[in-house]
Amino acid sequence: MTKPMGKTLTAITLAAVAFGSVASADETAELVVNGDLNMVTRTAAPAHLSDVLDEINSGWLYRKDETQSLQTDDFDNPGMIFVDLAQDEWDTVEGTEDKSCASCHDDVEDSMKGVRAVYPKWNETAGEVRTLAMQINDCRVNQMGADKWKYTGGDMAGMEALISVQSRGMPVDVAIDGPAQSTWEEGKEMYYTRTGQLDLSCANCHEENYGNMIRADHLSQGQINGFPTYRLKNAKLNTSHARFKGCVRDTRAETYKPGSSEFVALELYVASRGNGLSVEAPAVRN
Amino acid sequence: MKLTSLTLAAALIGGAALAGEVAPKDVQYDESGAVAASLTGGAGDAINGAMLAGTKSKGNCVACHAITALADVPFHGEVGPSLDGAGERWSEAELRGLLTDAKMTFDGTVMPAFYKVDGFTRPGNAYTGKAAEEALTPILSAQEIEDVIAFLATLKEE
Ligand code: HEC
Ligand code: HEC
Repeated sequence: MTKPMGKTLTAITLAAVAFGSVASADETAELVVNGDLNMVTRTAAPAHLSDVLDEINSGWLYRKDETQSLQTDDFDNPGMIFVDLAQDEWDTVEGTEDKSCASCHDDVEDSMKGVRAVYPKWNETAGEVRTLAMQINDCRVNQMGADKWKYTGGDMAGMEALISVQSRGMPVDVAIDGPAQSTWEEGKEMYYTRTGQLDLSCANCHEENYGNMIRADHLSQGQINGFPTYRLKNAKLNTSHARFKGCVRDTRAETYKPGSSEFVALELYVASRGNGLSVEAPAVRN
Repeated sequence: MKLTSLTLAAALIGGAALAGEVAPKDVQYDESGAVAASLTGGAGDAINGAMLAGTKSKGNCVACHAITALADVPFHGEVGPSLDGAGERWSEAELRGLLTDAKMTFDGTVMPAFYKVDGFTRPGNAYTGKAAEEALTPILSAQEIEDVIAFLATLKEE
């Protein structure tokens, strides 16, 4: 039980050189995709954050050089494979109404331009704040007569990525006032609530400690402008709600469910913390 | 032999305080957040404490703190200050308070309380993401807290 430590205790002189060497991320790098698409990865914080942050930063800035470079070219970005698959899905007829996404929305490149940048968004008819995933499932069920997709599943993540790509480089611009305001307030409350036996809030890690290493992880601001993100760790696209769930679990807390009203509110709030950053999806992460 | 059976007993009763141990809810803090009395009534084992401080599933202190004495444990964090010299900066009672509930010393700190079982929002069943169904056990046992204190006491500035 106590075996290796005698050695450790005498190794004091080997000291500090060993630490911190993983933090090789270049926080001053510029992100240009395919040689001509300039991304805003750092910009002035939106007004609603002015008390707590001067600048907002894309999570891309905190990744290592190798991971960063995968996002600079669509041929290197493994997330683009899932975008291609979703393009096929876009044109695939499914459900009782004999329709595909394309039946109603034609060319994704035209009809979906700018959409990701303003989601989650208030839907007047439904009287609720909708995430992109909720809207996709609404179309599937009510327009196509098809089954819902799992909120964090591969089909959903792929379709979200395809739609997001049509807004790449555009600034995130979600509305936080008007009918969305109460949902936004709820999300904000969650962001600052400490949960679990570790008693940590999103803000404890992503507002107070971004730029610091927490064990082997370089803490970012926890922005979602790059979602869904391709992670090298699990070799698939990951949705923001799956990420939220992982982070809440890591506080030794009972998580919320992906797609729950709580996580929808949290998504709106976290998205609004990135107002002004470029839509980057599918970003690449470790 | 005695130590082994104690450890086993602690595992079996799920971390509830053993006879003669101070239970998490009974820890007495002074006005500066220090805890004078040993949680076990005895001294800790510095070697085991070093192991606990560097082990992810235990104290995982290195997640947030650099500790030169644990240089062969990879990846030390930067969220908290380096613990080098902690044994000189803090008395044993102060270290005990920092470990059981650091918020009693540093109001609002991000450092988790390692010997606390109530007062949490949405407490989970360890890292499963599910709700805790049974009473929480402290992250470190009384003996483990004393072991980490004994380890920290060895950390002197060079
Ligand atoms: C105990 C620390 C901790 C807490 C608390 C925490 N996170 Fe994280 N989070 C991390 C780490 C570590 C990563 C991976 C490195 C990074 O991107 O910051 C991460 C990553 C993320 C990412 C991915 C960012 C990217 O660009 O890929 C998002 C989004 C995120 N967190 C949101 C949240 C939200 C919302 C909460 C609260 C519900 C939260 N986190 C709570 C530690 C934490
Ligand atoms: C999630 C982060 C985190 C973890 C995990 C953590 N600490 Fe801390 N610790 C801190 C922070 C931050 C401070 C500084 C207090 C403050 O200002 O909030 C601190 C302060 C301390 C101090 C006082 C430092 C000094 O000398 O001034 C000691 C001693 C200490 N921690 C020991 C430990 C030990 C031992 C463990 C593991 C059993 C541990 N910590 C785990 C974040 C952490």
